[in-house]
Amino acid sequence: MTPHILTRSLDRAATAFVLIVAAVGVLIPLSNLLLPQGSMFQVPTYLVALWGKYVCYAILALSIDLIWGYCGILSLGHGAFFALGGYAMGMYLMRQIGSRGVYGNPILPDFMVFLNWDKLPWYWYGFDKFAFAALMVLLVPGLLAFCFGWLAFRSRVTGVYLSIITQAMTYALLLAFFRNDFGFGGNNGLTDFKDILGFNVQAEGTRAALFLLSCLALIIAFLICRAIVTSKLGKVLIAVRDAESRTRFLGYRVESYKLFVFTLSACMAGVAGALYVPQVGIINPSEFAPGNSIEAVIWVAVGGRGTLVGAALGAVVVNYAKTFFTSGPLAPYWLFMLGALFILVTLLLPKGIVGTFNSWWETTKSRNGSPDADSAAREDGVGAPNPAE
Amino acid sequence: MPALAGPFEDSVAKFANDEFSDTEAAIGEVAASGNALASPIISALQDGRLSADPDSKKVFITQTDGKIVDATTGAAIDKLPDNAAAVRLNNRLRRTVEAALGGLTLLSPDPAKRLAAAQSVFKSHEENLLPTVESALAKESVKPIKQAFAEARAAIVLFKSDASDSDKLDAVAVVKARGDQEALALLTGLGDQPPLVAKAAASAVSSIQSNLAMWSMVQNAWYGLSLGSVLLLAAIGLAITFGVMGVINMAHGEMVMLGAYTTFVVQEVIRTRYPALFDYSLLIAVPLAFLVAGFIGVLIERTIIRFLYGRPLETLLATWGLSLVLQQAVRTAFGPTNREVGNPSWMSGAFELGQITITYNRLWILCFTLAVFAILLAMLRYTALGLEMRAVTQNRRMAASMGIATSRVDALTFGLGSGIAGIAGVALSQIDNVSPNLGQSYIIDSFMVVVFGGVGNLWGTLVGAFTLGIANKFLEPVAGAVLGKIAILVLIILFIQKRPRGLFALKGRAVEA
Repeated sequence: MTPHILTRSLDRAATAFVLIVAAVGVLIPLSNLLLPQGSMFQVPTYLVALWGKYVCYAILALSIDLIWGYCGILSLGHGAFFALGGYAMGMYLMRQIGSRGVYGNPILPDFMVFLNWDKLPWYWYGFDKFAFAALMVLLVPGLLAFCFGWLAFRSRVTGVYLSIITQAMTYALLLAFFRNDFGFGGNNGLTDFKDILGFNVQAEGTRAALFLLSCLALIIAFLICRAIVTSKLGKVLIAVRDAESRTRFLGYRVESYKLFVFTLSACMAGVAGALYVPQVGIINPSEFAPGNSIEAVIWVAVGGRGTLVGAALGAVVVNYAKTFFTSGPLAPYWLFMLGALFILVTLLLPKGIVGTFNSWWETTKSRNGSPDADSAAREDGVGAPNPAE
Repeated sequence: MPALAGPFEDSVAKFANDEFSDTEAAIGEVAASGNALASPIISALQDGRLSADPDSKKVFITQTDGKIVDATTGAAIDKLPDNAAAVRLNNRLRRTVEAALGGLTLLSPDPAKRLAAAQSVFKSHEENLLPTVESALAKESVKPIKQAFAEARAAIVLFKSDASDSDKLDAVAVVKARGDQEALALLTGLGDQPPLVAKAAASAVSSIQSNLAMWSMVQNAWYGLSLGSVLLLAAIGLAITFGVMGVINMAHGEMVMLGAYTTFVVQEVIRTRYPALFDYSLLIAVPLAFLVAGFIGVLIERTIIRFLYGRPLETLLATWGLSLVLQQAVRTAFGPTNREVGNPSWMSGAFELGQITITYNRLWILCFTLAVFAILLAMLRYTALGLEMRAVTQNRRMAASMGIATSRVDALTFGLGSGIAGIAGVALSQIDNVSPNLGQSYIIDSFMVVVFGGVGNLWGTLVGAFTLGIANKFLEPVAGAVLGKIAILVLIILFIQKRPRGLFALKGRAVEA
């Protein structure tokens, strides 16, 4: 990635997005750490962790938008990549507990002692090193996505078929991770974390740093996506989304393009999961639930499919609403609202918040006689997705 | 000492001597007497309800309802004499009592008791019961019980050290013919035998084992068929909406759930108002569930899905949202916990077929599923609506040009698919928990069935459902329930890579659509 691509790929909205995320990423931790407690502008630690969670969801939403918004691949299994990244990080954090666990075993995590295992399973080796775990955060989801995508795209499994088998994939993983003898803590998952890189996970400073890192990861993920969708590669992806067969007939290897973005997107989801786990403090099999993956898709739809900024925005808005409603007296109605959101957004707001805003902005601009508005939109490839299905 | 009337009374009086040897003799004599009171006396002795007055030599039974009767006459008595004490037993006597009771029930007038006694003798092969078993065998006229007596006799003979080789060989043959798990246990636990008998027993064991293996295959196949029928029932409506119309209805499971709740409501009404009609509750629920789910289906099609044709991915999201709304609505209306739906009498119970047990509810569901499938197939083939549906599926624009009101057909097709899901809910309420989450547990499986079988083909759905059901049940004993399910999911994922359009794909130009 050269600076040239970066500058070219940044229009005003994207620059604004990067700046806002960067500002939030710096200001919230600063206010949390420096301002006295009880001050009006001090952000309490629990809010830092909560917003850190939203930022991780935004990365996940970004990864879904990259493949759904720009390549027409609707994955209903992205929660699986997110959770796998989370488990990889969780395994590192488990190994860091060492002999401070309830059973005090220096090597084995508590649940293995509880299950009377006498030694560490081979796939837990190496997770005591952060570098190895970080590699696995990328590698495990990436490898799964690569194998899955290689099989699926090559045999031209597309559209809803792909959606359904990705759902089956995450469901199979859900069942597998629920098993105790699978070696990932079964039902309870991995929790009771103590340290990350020697810092206490619960400490304010660590939380602030994790928040900052999450914002940084969001910016990097955004820049990568942005660079891809504005490059020639991005144009091919959009072509695949809108007319897959025609793109193939023009001589492009459609499956290679799809495989590349799918794998990249899975890696991004894995990173989101890895950042999510230390901030939330637990990872368990329910993260694999098919419902979670579909919910992530609706964030993208709400914010605006094929806009990147919209995906991140949608994730934050929907999750903020979720926190707001489920913690209040309206909790029993949250599922009604979420369900209605799915229906109303697809029926009435197919472009999402950002997409609708964009087209409104462009019509206003062109009415005011600005000639380059349309061409700018086309340049971005941000037009409303209209797959020829 | 009062004068005693006869030998039975003499024997009973021995219980009052408070000597273990006398008690043992009394048990033997009473059991052999054939008196109608023998069985109550000995079972009272076993439970410590037999008391004796050492002075008057009278013996009393405290019945289980608290009444007291004289053991020799059966006449009711107000209260026990002051110095009456319970007749004591030791371990050796307890065994004698058990054997005596076994012998007594062998001669019981109740056929069910005789059969149970014969089975228990087969297991215990108590040597001293041989004469009783033989006399019971000679008297018996009911065929299956006679068979059971013969097997019980064979079991005793096999363990009798002084039985001749030829008797034992005959006994091995009888036990081998029985051929079940208990026969196997009996033959493997024989211990030292003459070489000829041991050889016969060994060959009988291996033949029983292969026989049992065959039956366990049959059992797996039956379980598989049963699971397949459930899958088919859940998927068949989906095969219509997804397969025929191309609409991804993620709220399909919720239609199943609505059908199950309709059954619950019908049963509640029947329980409170017309309890006599309970056996007909399912017959009433089936059309009602069809109407409820079908009506909601039409409503969904008219208000949501109609606007999303040609955008399958959006349909998927909208119907998922709908499923959340429906689940939460049911949770609000009926509460989050499981609701009780009963089995009518004709669906409860089971019968034995060879070495396997078949429950009536599973059998009925299998028949019901096949009936629904046949009716649906006939409907698509022979009715005007079916013809219109097929026309719209094959070429929407041409069908519209021929004067078919395609949007009406769409609504009806979707209603039909949803209605069938509702019917599935009635059947599933009989074997599954009726809770707001009922539908969710079937939705992924149903999609797998439809995708595996091939979209747009009902026969594919049938074959897909039974293949997956049977494969699942054959994998289960090998890999365990959860791993089996995972293996099936992985296999389907791989299968779809190989044949992206399922087992029975529609051929022709429509494929690229």
